[in-house]
Amino acid sequence: MRAKYLVGLLVILGALAYLIFGGLGQNLVYFLTPSEYLQDQARYQNRPVRLGGLVKEGTVRYDRDQLELRFILTDGVAEVPVVHKGTPPGMFKEGQGVVVEGRFQGDHFQGTNLLVKHSETYQAPKAGWTPEEVRKLIEEAK
Amino acid sequence: MLKVAQPDRPDVLTWVFLGLGLLLLPVGLYLALSAPPDVNQGYLARIMYLHVPGAWLGYLAFFVTFLYSLLYLFRQNPRYDRVALASAEVGLVFMGLALVTGMLWARPTWGVYWTWEPRLTTTAILFAVYVGYFLLRGAIEDPELRAKAAAAVGILGFINVPISYMSVKWWRSLHQTQSIDLTTGKIHMDPAMLQALLFNLFVFTLLYLGFVRFRSLLAALEARKEEA
Repeated sequence: MRAKYLVGLLVILGALAYLIFGGLGQNLVYFLTPSEYLQDQARYQNRPVRLGGLVKEGTVRYDRDQLELRFILTDGVAEVPVVHKGTPPGMFKEGQGVVVEGRFQGDHFQGTNLLVKHSETYQAPKAGWTPEEVRKLIEEAK
Repeated sequence: MLKVAQPDRPDVLTWVFLGLGLLLLPVGLYLALSAPPDVNQGYLARIMYLHVPGAWLGYLAFFVTFLYSLLYLFRQNPRYDRVALASAEVGLVFMGLALVTGMLWARPTWGVYWTWEPRLTTTAILFAVYVGYFLLRGAIEDPELRAKAAAAVGILGFINVPISYMSVKWWRSLHQTQSIDLTTGKIHMDPAMLQALLFNLFVFTLLYLGFVRFRSLLAALEARKEEA
């Protein structure tokens, strides 16, 4: 009788493992890189997608009056110009990893939601920092 | 079979875990609040000292539930079922804490409270499975059948724990990878922050042990009342 349960368990475990390591894995990609997107544009045509990459240095333009943020998203291979309505999140800066939800419109990617991907590294400010410097740091990170 | 004496009060060890845990909790809080700010996140990074212990204990608690569910299936001793129940209950609370603190952390850093990325999704499923665990327990009246069915969920539900832990590595996600990486042994954290985090992990683990022992005793008292 015990054995029967064990067999049942193993079957379910196996099925779950198949689901997870088989086909399901590929559909769990949370975001595309610009080069993946550009290689297979037809597949993502007119579909909302998430693009992930780095904010290219020196390309950030933020129009305070129109609340319009423009920058170039890069994965080191391909580059995509992004236009996003709204204020950038606090941790948004050049060189930062971001994920933009939206869709392509003409020559640019129209973002509807901008997420910042931060790293797993936690570092204290370098030795010798003054309280003023820390305060500035905090205000920037806000 | 030997009849084991059934205590009706927590034993010394339970009090030691609970007492030490509660005593050290303010110390952990002090360490967390005096840890240096992070270069990128500033003081926001300090939510880590609640978020990480919460998640760690969720995982640990569900692992203990898994172990005791297995033990129950093989030995049929109701005591094992009670420990599995206690651990799942405490684990659910800690996992809920991890989810809530995670959301509070995500809003200012990522920009959203919630997004369906792999780590968050697997954790939400994990949480839902153990909510189901208690629904199931509540639905079955026969104690033996209840324990068996719960053990099955306790064992199957645990599969999601390693998946959740590894999700940030297996799939492309928004959640950062582990700062204390158990698979590679690498630590990406300032020593002062690491100390504060390890201390809090230790304190929360003490509390977990105390809670589980206490809850198991309560479950034993309930079971005795149910029999009588």
